[in-house]
Amino acid sequence: MSAPTLHSTFNVMRRELTGYFATPVAYVFLVIFLVMTGIFTFYLGNFYERGIADLDPFFRFHPWLYLFLVPAISMRLWAEEWRSGTIELLFTLPLTTVDAVLGKFLAAWLFIGIALLLTFPMWITVNYLGSADNGVIMAGYLGSWLMAGGFLAIGSCMSATTRNQVVAFILSVVVCFLFLLSGLPMVMNLFQSWAPQIILDGIAGLSFFKHFADISKGVIDLRDLVYFVLVIGFWLLANVLILNMKKAD
Amino acid sequence: MIEARSLCKRYGAITAVEDLSFTVEAGQILGFLGPNGAGKSTTMRMLTGFLTPTSGEALINGIDISRNTVEASKHIGYLPEGAPSYGEMTVVQFLTFVGRARLINKADLPASVEKAIQKLNLVAVAHQPIETLSKGFKRRVGLAQAIIHEPQILILDEPTDGLDPNQKHEVRKLIRAMAKDKIIVISTHILEEVEAVCNRVMIIAGGKLLADDTPHGLVARSRYRNSVTMKIAGAERVASILSELPQVAKAELRDGELTLFPALDHGLFEAITDAISEHDWDVSALRLEAGRLDEVFRTITRQGTSS
Repeated sequence: MSAPTLHSTFNVMRRELTGYFATPVAYVFLVIFLVMTGIFTFYLGNFYERGIADLDPFFRFHPWLYLFLVPAISMRLWAEEWRSGTIELLFTLPLTTVDAVLGKFLAAWLFIGIALLLTFPMWITVNYLGSADNGVIMAGYLGSWLMAGGFLAIGSCMSATTRNQVVAFILSVVVCFLFLLSGLPMVMNLFQSWAPQIILDGIAGLSFFKHFADISKGVIDLRDLVYFVLVIGFWLLANVLILNMKKAD
Repeated sequence: MIEARSLCKRYGAITAVEDLSFTVEAGQILGFLGPNGAGKSTTMRMLTGFLTPTSGEALINGIDISRNTVEASKHIGYLPEGAPSYGEMTVVQFLTFVGRARLINKADLPASVEKAIQKLNLVAVAHQPIETLSKGFKRRVGLAQAIIHEPQILILDEPTDGLDPNQKHEVRKLIRAMAKDKIIVISTHILEEVEAVCNRVMIIAGGKLLADDTPHGLVARSRYRNSVTMKIAGAERVASILSELPQVAKAELRDGELTLFPALDHGLFEAITDAISEHDWDVSALRLEAGRLDEVFRTITRQGTSS
């Protein structure tokens, strides 16, 4: 495995990103993402009724939204390449598997970043209604984007295992779900009675929820950042290994 | 130079390619000829580094492609089976992407794209999404991306599949024109293509190399070599008369045509024309056979796969 070359990674990223906007995928995703965040914030989050000028009702539902929307983006990343045979073209170009994996991941991550940025009316609204703590809101956006990266890395890896996008989607949702839930009582109760504290902490520490909640409170702790970087790194590494294994198979 | 050393590829219990060794030098246009599922594509995938061989190695200008894929693949232009491409991109966008990936200078890139488009007659569809194009155009887009960086080695998996006769002719002309100081490897199951384009043929079946020869040499292996075939009235009576000649080894009647096989190295054609004028037979067609490639191909692949 060799180091990624900036030129090749960037080239793959640019191709992917243009690809999103050449098909309805981008527009359908953006509209659904914006509508869903709106519904969650105002109906389930009781944005107005709370009477607090923050975006907590907005961010609170992001993990659940990503659980389904991010795999919808990531499912085609590699499955489509396998199905259409373009993977053979891609991997006989003078670029490394790392270049391709990073390029695709970054394109999808940037795309979700664009979707997040387009929720700016929410930020304007909350600033119009009261004096919001914009530092906390910025932290929320950062945390949300990092969490999306984690979901995306899992989805990208799952997508590399199959040529079927539906299979890739379901696998991604299941694995992402496990990562989300690992900190919740319903999972923790299973272990509480018998597992030692260190394992409990380990399982709880894996949860997207906890780290996202920490960051979106406005406390940008290095440990939370490192956590997401590690999660992304781990799954992308697995992604590279799976692709290389398939070449040798 | 391409050098394959004991290439093997196994999928579980199935052996797709077995102990394949060969070298290809500059100036050669090598045709992989074989029935479907013979291992042609698998071999090409190992030569281009898409598949890692189970054992053995492929060297591209001395570089092991499965160890140093990036370096080795810079020398290669490759058209994968089925000419895959990113359908949502236009021809220009796609070729620009491949050109960038092929590390063509930013300044030279537009000219390279333009040149590839010209060479494969893609001007009319240059700004259309590839998925809206016909099969023939898609194949030419695949060829354009393979030659865009003017590689020294071209590996083309069924380059003329899905093209109409005119387009086939054009592509073959293009391949021959590029061949001078290059290495070109094509795979095909079309026999006439081998005769039209290649100066070397490898017949592969069941993952094994069964023959490695020039097209001319292969044709010469035909049992029809130097035989004489004619269309004649009363063929059965003629056959029995001609069988008596010392130059004739055997007479065969098939599809209303009479074929006479030579017993000696030469003299068959003259003996027959003499006999025709002597008996004043009514001959509607008469030809000396160079050999039949399809018959050689069938014989070799049948022997090879049954053994």
